[in-house]
Order: sequence, then C-alpha cells, then structure tokens
Amino acid sequence: MKKILALLLTLTMVLSMAACGAGETAETEAPAADAPAAEAPAAAADFKVGAIYINSKNDTAGYTFAHHNGITTAMNELGLDPATQLVIVDEVPEDKEQVLSAIDTLVGEGANIIFGISFGYIDAMEEAAGEYTDVIFSHATGYKSNETNFNNYFGRAYQARYLAGIAAGMKSLETGNNNVGYVAAYGTEYAETASGINGFALGVQAVNPEATVFVKNLGAWADEVNESAFAVELIESFGCGVISQHCDSAQPQIAAENAGVFGCGYNSDMTPDAPAAHLTAAIWNWNVYYRTAMEAAMNCGEAANFVSTMGTPAYYGGLAEGFVDVSPLSDNCAAGTAEAIEAVKAMIVSGEWDVFSGTKLEIAADGTVTKVEAPLVDNAGNEIVAAGGASVEDGVITGTMNYFVAGVQEA
Amino acid sequence: MELDKLGVVTSFVHNIVVYNIPLLYGTVGEIVVEKSGSLNLGVEGIMAVGAIFGYICGCYANSLGVGIAVAFLAGALCGLLFAALTVSLQANQNITGLTLTTFGLGVYFFVGNGLKAKGWPVMGDYANIKAGFSDLPIPVLSDIPLIGQGLFSHNLLVYLGIFIAFVMWWYLNRTTPGLKLRAVGENPGAADSVGINVKRMKYLHICLGCGIMGIGGYYMGLNMSGSFNSSCWINGYGWIAVALVIFANWNPAFAIIGTFVFGFFNTLRVSGSSLAAAFPGVLGWLAAVPTQLYQALPFLITAIVLVASSVRNKQGSGLPASLGLNYFREER
Repeated sequence: MKKILALLLTLTMVLSMAACGAGETAETEAPAADAPAAEAPAAAADFKVGAIYINSKNDTAGYTFAHHNGITTAMNELGLDPATQLVIVDEVPEDKEQVLSAIDTLVGEGANIIFGISFGYIDAMEEAAGEYTDVIFSHATGYKSNETNFNNYFGRAYQARYLAGIAAGMKSLETGNNNVGYVAAYGTEYAETASGINGFALGVQAVNPEATVFVKNLGAWADEVNESAFAVELIESFGCGVISQHCDSAQPQIAAENAGVFGCGYNSDMTPDAPAAHLTAAIWNWNVYYRTAMEAAMNCGEAANFVSTMGTPAYYGGLAEGFVDVSPLSDNCAAGTAEAIEAVKAMIVSGEWDVFSGTKLEIAADGTVTKVEAPLVDNAGNEIVAAGGASVEDGVITGTMNYFVAGVQEA
Repeated sequence: MELDKLGVVTSFVHNIVVYNIPLLYGTVGEIVVEKSGSLNLGVEGIMAVGAIFGYICGCYANSLGVGIAVAFLAGALCGLLFAALTVSLQANQNITGLTLTTFGLGVYFFVGNGLKAKGWPVMGDYANIKAGFSDLPIPVLSDIPLIGQGLFSHNLLVYLGIFIAFVMWWYLNRTTPGLKLRAVGENPGAADSVGINVKRMKYLHICLGCGIMGIGGYYMGLNMSGSFNSSCWINGYGWIAVALVIFANWNPAFAIIGTFVFGFFNTLRVSGSSLAAAFPGVLGWLAAVPTQLYQALPFLITAIVLVASSVRNKQGSGLPASLGLNYFREER
C-alpha cells in the first residue's frame, strides 16, 4: 500500500514538474519555426517579438510589469497581436548561461527582435548578437552595442525628476518645511540613481533655494520593508514634509500618507496608492521606445541595418520624445505648480535649456520662470559646470555622474 | 540641522518593535513545531500563505479579528499538509519544509497577482482594519519618558505576539500536555510506550505552530499597508525565524529577547544615520558605516550566535533530541 502511494506521489510530482517546465517558455504556439535564420524582418503578419524578463510576466506592478506593458502597448499600436507574435522567457536571472539559453529559445521560436530588460544580461546579449547576426538584440539600461544588430536603450529620467522636484519645491514653500526626503535604491554608486537625485534636488531648489534633500540609501533595488521604514525615518527623525523615491513599490508614498505629509512617486502614477499625499510621479513610457524599435525592426530590411535605421546604437530618449514624463498632477499640488512645470517642460522639450547646465532656473511662487547664470556645484563644493556652461551628460550611459549636487545631504 | 534627540531615540526603540515582531511570531511558531520533533523549514512560505489569505479575508470582512483567524487557519492548513507528508507518509522533513516554502510563495503570488488583476483591496478603504492596526498606548507605562512611547505604544498584534510567546512558554513548561509534547520531541518511542498518542500530538502542534506563523505573515502584510508588489511581504523573515529558534534555545520567552536583539541590529540600518545626526559626538561614527555593512549586520550576528550556541554546553540546550527524525511505530 505504502509503495503504491509513494509511486503515485512521485508520478504526480514528475507530471506537475513537466507541466511547470512547459508553461515557462512556450508563451505562444510557434508555427514550426523552420530555420528562423534565413528570414529577414518583413511584413507585420509574421513579425515576432522576443522578450527576456527578470521577474514574472504576470507581475501586476514593478519593473517587469512596466516593460511588459510597454511592449504589449506598442504591439497593439502597431497592429501586432501580443497573444501570437510575442514570445517571452521570464524569470531569467542575471546569469550568462541562463540568458543565452533564453535567447536560444527565442531565436528558435523565430523572434526577429529580442528585448532584454535587465542590466546583467549585457554580456550574453553581446555574445548572442555576434552569433545570430540576423536577429536584432536590444538591451535596456546597458552600455554595449555594435553597428549592426545590437543596441541599448535608456531615458533621461532626470528631466522628469526635475519637474517632480518643482512640484515638491512648491509644496515645501506652501508648507514652510524646507526638509525634503528621498528614499533611494542606491546613491552615488550608480549614475542612474545619482542623476535622478540631482535632477530632483535641482528642481526643488529652483523653487525653494533654502530646501535640503535628505537621501537615504537602501542598497537594494527592491526592499519593501525598508522602503517603508526609511520613509518613516525621514519623516519622523529628519522632519521631511515631502518624500520622493527611487524604488519600485509605493511604500514611501503610503508612509507619507499615513504621516500626513506629501510625496512624489516613481515609475507609475502613485496617486491611487496615496490619494491624500501624492503630488506627481516621474514616469517612464516604455512603449515609446518599443514602438520606435519595432517600427525600425520591421522597416530596416535586414537585421544588420537596424542600428543605422535607429540612427544611434544608444537610444536615449527624454521629455522631448515623451519617453519620460510626469504623471498628471494631483489636487494636492500647490498653486502655480502646473504653470511652472508646463513652462520648464517646454524649455527642455525645445532644447533651449537642460538640467545639468551652468544656467539655473528661478521659479517664483506664481510659476514664472527666470534664467540665471550660475555654476553647477557638487555638495563637496567642487564646481562641475562653470556659470553659463553647457549641460553635462547625466552619465547614465557613461557612468560619470558619481556625485551629489549642493543641497543634497546623505541621511 | 538640529534633530529632536528624544524623538530619535523613541522612534529607534519603536522601530525595533514594529519591524521585528513578525520574527517573534515565526520563531514561537517554529519552536512549538520543533518541540514536537519536527523540523519545518517552510516558515517563509507558511507566513506568505497566512499573509495573503489573512489580508484578503480580513479586508472583505472589514475586521481585524477575521483577518487574524483566517491567517491562523491558512497557516494551520499548511501545517496540516506538512504533518500529513512527514508524520503519516514519513516524507523527509527538510525536503518537505523547503518544498512548502516554494509552494507557499507560489500560492502568495498566484492569489495576489490574480486578485490584483481584478481589483486589489486597498487597506485604506477598510476603516476597521486601519483602526484595528493603529497604536493603542498602554496607560501609565506609555508615559514613561524616553522609552514609554517606544515600548508601550503599539498595535494590537504586537501585544498579541508577546502574549502568545508567554502563553506558549507557560504551556510548554508548566502544563501536562506541554510535558507530553516535549516527551514526544525527545523520544517518541518512550512517549508512545506510556500511552501518549504521538501522531495526534505531532499533528496538533505542527498545525498550532504553523497557525502562529500565519498570523506573523498577516502582520507583515498589514505593516506593508497591504500594498501588493512584485516582491513578497515576508522578505526573508521566515528564514531568520528558523535561526532565531536556536538563538532562543527553543524557549518562547527567550524568543522575545532574541527578536529584539536581532531587531536592534536590523533597525540600525534604518535609524543609524538619524542617531548619528542627533548625537554627533558619541554616535557620529554610525553615519560612516557603509549601507552594505548595515545590511549584512543582522546576518553576521545570527551567524555568530549560531556558532556560539553550538559550542555551548549540551546540557542546557533545549534542542529536542529527536528533531528532524520521523517516528515510525513499527520500526521501534
């Protein structure tokens, strides 16, 4: 009896494992992908998009969700059917062998373009781009590329941060509290986080020169328990009246709501999470890039022309492309916020001014914007850009921004 | 900038309690399970299952009590699964426990993602839950300067956790069923020979312990304000609880101390820089400690304590002698 039971249990386990294994990769039923190598990206009907995700494609929030949403939105806009023309391998850790095998799967399914969304996929994607020269590889947040079928993409989030900073600065003027908090995944270790913090702080100071931005460094891209705890600490111990964040979850905004202060979210509009606290969030419209890339992939004839069709091996969109933006301002925003943001946004979009330049903006409480020549100085007192100088690279791609600007204090 | 010195200390003490109480639930639950001779490594998964069902049902019923009860039942059901596999079917306890972790996290994301796609219950919309989870200061004690607000002004579930720890200590050490349970954990064969129903004792206490873990998971969910994201609420606390059992020497009352010692180091990461800013003369060096060290600190402490307790004299050890061994009557 026991043996039969054991046998049955083993059988069930084997079956369920087989079922799990099958579910992981085959998102679509590939119409017998025969030698996908030979065909060039052609008509929309047989165009296939491949994607490698770090988390689950079923996520309902966070980084993978944002990309999945962007890809499916772009496909719908272009008349592609995500149900049949999108092939996904998800929950792929940043391990070269596993990424390569995911790529093999996607190429086998006949993908014409493969998006890899996590930084650590970089080496595997570079290698695969050399191996599968007739497939296009596109890597988010990376810095490697070639001149034919491999590019990378990221965005000028600091521009959106600057606009959110204006909203926070306006609020700090209104409440009379000059302390602004910032829960950050990392600090100066990554240009991505440092440029976001700096952009935000400059936005705050354009409105309220007296303000200090206190940054607490999580040391992790996702750590919900501490995202909440850090925000509470910034509010209670440092007396911050506005909480901004560079982390996935809405915990800092919820903490602000519970404490009766205000906040600026990130990645998505967090007003529903903290209706009484949230001002506006710096957001990404990933679909803007995905649409551009898919159009280029479909029109470039063969994969080797992809990078030249895109015009650059490193796509770096900002407010002008609509790749980054701020979410609709909530009713919590101070008067004049909308006008100020509108005016500054127009200046950035037209290219007449950028954030990390030797010209700073002075924004009055009523939203009028004045340009003043002033040096950009880091918080140790070193001059980064002389007064009147051109805007420096925020260094997300080159990794050069490894300082905080004046007015930022580590907490 | 001048920080409110008193406020910083109070919030440090408060944080130690608020963010680490789930560890106490996990630890006490695991102690009860281990005292029956079963090593359950599925704490993380069981807490996740308790959390997700407790939170959802609690919200729909708009009652903290329902939430606690459902979290307990969901945890106990996981315990029943564990008991059925290890006690009745004699499956390997380590493997079953690890499987339960994977299973529990799977259930958590399956239910959570499924519900979020349809409409997630937002904690703020349920007044009774929100009110039930707000701080209830203990009169007189909470007025003690410096530590009063930090130690004696907490939500209901904090008090419940401490209460359960004391009750379990009393139950294990001062009652007849507790004595019988310890006998089962030490030597099930001997316990069986004096007429103790070993299987029933194991089943009951595995379910009870896992139920307590479930409430701990529910606490984590409420402390996260029920905001469901791509990372799990439990965040590795279940694993730390398994280590804290050894730290506490299988004594639920010591578990309270263990939780707060661990919590002290855990909370330094959050409050270290505030303490440094408030007391630059004495604690200024705290700000110079890199974040990475703060992140590693609780685990370093755990490792040190585990080493220390393993070289400790065997006599005082509360380790149940037959922990991890399945009891099969016919092999006696």
